[in-house]
Amino acid sequence: MSILIDEKTPILVQGITGDKGTFHAQEMIAYGSNVVGGVTPGKGGRTHVGVPVFDTVKEAVRETGATTSITFVAPPFAADAIMEAADAGIRLICSITDGIPAQDMMRVKRYLMRYPKDRRSMVVGPNCAGIISPGKSMLGIMPGHIYLQGNVGIISRSGTLGYEAASQMMAQNIGISTSVGIGGDPINGSSFLDHLALFEQDPDTHAVLMIGEIGGPQEAEASAWIKQNMSKPVIGFVAGLTAPKGRRMGHAGAIISATGDSAAEKAEIMRSYGLTVAPDPGSFGLTVAQVMSQRAA
Amino acid sequence: MDVHEYQAKELLAGFGVAVPKGAVAFSPDQAVYAATELGGSFWAVKAQIHAGARGKAGGIKLCRTYNEVRDAAKELLGKRLVTIQTGPEGKPVQRVYVETADPFERELYLGYVLDRKAERVRVIASQRGGMDIEEIAASEPEALIQVVVEPAVGLQQFQAREIAFQLGLNIKQVSAAVKTIMNAYRAFRDCDGTMLEINPLVVTKDDRVLALDAKMSFDDNAMFRRRNIADMHDPSQGDPREAQAAEHNLNYIGLEGEIGCIVNGAGLAMATMDMIKHAGGEPANFLDVGGGASPERVATAFRLVLSDRNVKAILVNIFAGINRCDWIAEGVVKAAREVQIEVPLIVRLAGTNVEAGQKILSESGLDLITADTLTEAARKAVQACSDAKRAH
Repeated sequence: MSILIDEKTPILVQGITGDKGTFHAQEMIAYGSNVVGGVTPGKGGRTHVGVPVFDTVKEAVRETGATTSITFVAPPFAADAIMEAADAGIRLICSITDGIPAQDMMRVKRYLMRYPKDRRSMVVGPNCAGIISPGKSMLGIMPGHIYLQGNVGIISRSGTLGYEAASQMMAQNIGISTSVGIGGDPINGSSFLDHLALFEQDPDTHAVLMIGEIGGPQEAEASAWIKQNMSKPVIGFVAGLTAPKGRRMGHAGAIISATGDSAAEKAEIMRSYGLTVAPDPGSFGLTVAQVMSQRAA
Repeated sequence: MDVHEYQAKELLAGFGVAVPKGAVAFSPDQAVYAATELGGSFWAVKAQIHAGARGKAGGIKLCRTYNEVRDAAKELLGKRLVTIQTGPEGKPVQRVYVETADPFERELYLGYVLDRKAERVRVIASQRGGMDIEEIAASEPEALIQVVVEPAVGLQQFQAREIAFQLGLNIKQVSAAVKTIMNAYRAFRDCDGTMLEINPLVVTKDDRVLALDAKMSFDDNAMFRRRNIADMHDPSQGDPREAQAAEHNLNYIGLEGEIGCIVNGAGLAMATMDMIKHAGGEPANFLDVGGGASPERVATAFRLVLSDRNVKAILVNIFAGINRCDWIAEGVVKAAREVQIEVPLIVRLAGTNVEAGQKILSESGLDLITADTLTEAARKAVQACSDAKRAH
């Protein structure tokens, strides 16, 4: 098993006719993802990269039965695209877009609350690399070939640092059940905690690697939750040990502005809640291997 | 993005927040002219820099004559003002703000932030105006009045009233404060603010409520729809290399170390810096070349990194996803030919088309140090850096 997506998950690509949407829709289809259609307002009725295009998400859902979408929509329109998908009943919305205004995301999250919990969409991202369940389905922009299928879950704020971890794990012959990029923005659709809860319930995930970075309270919240609720081992890491205070390190959300925001503080919090913290970003593979062998012993 | 005090006040005034009368000046003559136009007999001449704690650093001068105004402006303009928030190099003062300095009775604090935990706008107020809010939060957290705004409906009157009464104001002052609190919220929301601090918010003898100082930051991601605010950007207040990087859509932050970094992705860039530190070195910069790293962008990245004279070695770390290693390698080769690189260059490529990329590098004839993993790359960079230092 895996979390969030598998080979059957029917996927819509929002913004499918744009350059990025076209390229990544093709990559996803080539990987084996079940892409059933696309949405671009005004281009409904065509076929693009072998799948039907619709004007609205509602129509696309009605015609294809899609449950999941990925959005390649420019920042000014991205929040609107996410809300449209939520309103059409899409259960999992992955937003790749980098550059969505924070107040737009605030409104998106408020909008999602209007649905009762059992009908509420999960949003992954924005500003993320997406989700991959290796060997089954790719809902994102990552290089699929660096992920080996297996039993470790990855949750990462950074895209490329997630790639780094996956390839180090492949070098150790460790596979991945699902890897989720939650994104580098200050307000994320879903958090470490949301995905940890799913990994805890997934029988095929035996351990989780959680890669955080400076800025925000998410890593600390997740660590406290792990201590209380998680039976599986969690390996943690926080990037940005050398980041100066008050400077935005590329990601809109990677900024040390409050107590507890720094990498050293977050790593200490993780340790205090019983996580194994990778000593440096070159040791993801080794640290996961050690934890897995302890688990086997 | 940050703006100057006078710009923040202009914005706030546009939303109906009462501010003292003032005018910006770029020269001592203009400052005197501003004072004559403003009238009165008591003015504050305030250095305009993107940092707080100006008062204690001598950046705010109270003047009773036009000559004093001229002298104050003369002293401030053209100097670099060092406050506890600027770092030792300070910030250049290119403009002063001349303001009527009316006496006031009380100093309060009023702030708005985008609260990441609540994912809402949080309004913070305190009776202890003029003090650093972090100091108040640390020493007497109970002195902070806090209200969280429901984004679907925005800040409500009753919330502003609750704040105003908790500030200990009389009924006349309460109605002025409610207006200020509501209007400042609208400015924050409608301009895509990320932080607004009115410190102090003062209460005058005649029960008026005025924003005596204002500091405002905005969401860079929202500047596409806030052109008027984007136009307020003052590049003199930042590192010139960062401004140059921004022009090329690169993300650069200068640091103190000796190993220059060129990396794709913000998280991997931070991790590369951490790895250098772990291997015993110090990174000279953060630099994210982003997803579509064309040869031109890579060349610009090299120029930027090399413009830092402390740099003794450069580490290029690319994990290609959408990027392809062969493409990046071509960029590195092209850049190395165009830009004189006289320091050791360590290159680590991984991901899509890595073999093709490595082949291009090895056939280029360039004097490169290659590495397969992040750990190896950082070690080699630290080694090359210390070798280079020994050679000098």
